[in-house]
Amino acid sequence: MRRLLYLLPVALFLVLIAYFALALRPGRDPATLPSALIDKPAPDFDLAGLAGAQGLSRAALGGHPAIVNFFASWCAPCHAEHPLLMRLAEQQHVPLFGVAYKDKPEEAARFLAQLGDPYRRVGLDQSGRVGIDFGVYGVPETYLIDGAGHIRYRHVGPLTADALERELLPRLKEIGG
Amino acid sequence: MRRGVTIAALLLLTLAATAGAVEPRERLADPVLEARARALSKELRCLVCQNESIDDSNADLAHDLRVLLRERIAGGDSDAQALQFIVTRYGEFVLLQPPIAPATYALWFGPPAVLALGAVGVLLYLRRRRTTAVEPAPLTEAERRRLTQLLKDEA
Repeated sequence: MRRLLYLLPVALFLVLIAYFALALRPGRDPATLPSALIDKPAPDFDLAGLAGAQGLSRAALGGHPAIVNFFASWCAPCHAEHPLLMRLAEQQHVPLFGVAYKDKPEEAARFLAQLGDPYRRVGLDQSGRVGIDFGVYGVPETYLIDGAGHIRYRHVGPLTADALERELLPRLKEIGG
Repeated sequence: MRRGVTIAALLLLTLAATAGAVEPRERLADPVLEARARALSKELRCLVCQNESIDDSNADLAHDLRVLLRERIAGGDSDAQALQFIVTRYGEFVLLQPPIAPATYALWFGPPAVLALGAVGVLLYLRRRRTTAVEPAPLTEAERRRLTQLLKDEA
């Protein structure tokens, strides 16, 4: 019994080591936050579109799974993830919608004209209020919304091929998209 | 000279009042509401910088949240309602001081518990030492005689 008591510090040390190992595991970014809206209804919004084009509203997402991507022409990581979004739009049937976050309409339009437009519709969130309603804290952010209009997954930062294959697409399949 | 000191002191005071990242055009006209908004924005984390409050941060999002907070307060929200509005969007992580809830019991009560555990350990240790440190038994008559004999031999 006494001897077991002496082993207690060693046991505590091992628990600490396990905790640190978990917190420091590769690929984990401690600054990435879980969304507070997971499994909750997506916020209601109604945004104007880019010059002449249709805008984007919650109702326009339709009754089926959809991906909503917050981007901005001033955001370098958005340029980085853009080819992946183009591929996603080509290869998957899931509708991809864009929200131009705190961007000038003409610059957002130029961004899409130069790099290609993967979105079915784009909404202009110039004030950033819709971003706040979604809990966006840094573009790009990508949200997966199910047929019932609930947010099921959020990816913060540029999408990578890895994140797409391992996180987003499996979840999309799960909700029948 | 004295006037100079007074002016300098007054200038310093205004500096103290405007410290933080709040820009003049963000402020509410009503000083009472503005004071409430300031107090609340010191409790909210800027999610871009994560260890700064939105009151301190120059990030764009912090600015937007400060303005939003002021709109809520000017619109008649109570402090709790205004905070809740932001918490429902960004989660409890935005609160720089985590609320006391079952999920945060370990955080709040863990350190005092460890301290109490240590105190109990020290108490037990001290108590045992006191009981085991017994006085040596007094010498018997024969031992005492031998001791005096030995001391005498030494001398």
